[in-house]
Amino acid sequence: MTFALDLASWVCILLGSFFVVVGAVGLVRMPEVFTRMHAASVIDTLGVGFLVLGMALQAGLSLITLKLLFLLALFVFTGPVVTHALAQACLQDGIAPMLDADRRADRAAAEQTEGRRS
Amino acid sequence: MRYVSLTAFLYLFWLVLSGHYTPMLVVAGLVCSVLCLLAAIRMRTADEEGHPIELFRGAITYLPWLAVEIGKSAWAVTKIILHPRLPISPTMTVVTATQRTTVGRATYANSITLTPGTITVAADGDKLTVHALVTEGALDLEAGGMDRRVSRFEGSA
Repeated sequence: MTFALDLASWVCILLGSFFVVVGAVGLVRMPEVFTRMHAASVIDTLGVGFLVLGMALQAGLSLITLKLLFLLALFVFTGPVVTHALAQACLQDGIAPMLDADRRADRAAAEQTEGRRS
Repeated sequence: MRYVSLTAFLYLFWLVLSGHYTPMLVVAGLVCSVLCLLAAIRMRTADEEGHPIELFRGAITYLPWLAVEIGKSAWAVTKIILHPRLPISPTMTVVTATQRTTVGRATYANSITLTPGTITVAADGDKLTVHALVTEGALDLEAGGMDRRVSRFEGSA
């Protein structure tokens, strides 16, 4: 039983580490700030998620596991706020995102024709 | 009701983080929780936005659903990162949030940001400007599946 738990926890920790490394590689490979943020979000979702899960398996049913869950909740609630703030700061600062397709104008126009129809 | 629940949550938080259960500390925790409640009331954060107890029931099914979505798209982004040619097609789009409440809209915007591959870069009323790593991600959001799911989560309130 302990061996199975240890094994599961190590698999989780290694998977988490893998996703952290992938996120870091993405951070370097992506061309500009907005696409880099996407790469970073792999770290604070799957990376952190698997690491916390693995550590919780190590700790068992204890206060430490509950604290780890609080940590995960903190990540889930503050992560998007920080990312959003960073993205908006970049836009405000006049950094134009490198885009293959900009559907903003199309979408606004489509909505206006829809509004006229209804 | 909301105040009682907020105090209970704060007290539980204290108990979990402290880990010491001598009578002095247990009572001190309770006193602190009540003081925090009073401070929250004075700051007007002890309302349906700061402590949305109505949403807890919906969250039981919404959070696992969101976790699965995050896992799926995180894996998709992982494959893009490790792909030798880095097949990205960054796209900006606008989606409409159909939620009734500000908490619902914030949940939707944050869920978009949490899912790797899409980031809410601006929110103006019910219009969310979204940056997507690949065009398919933007099209998925425009189709509105996640929007409907968040509305259902909010509707169960």
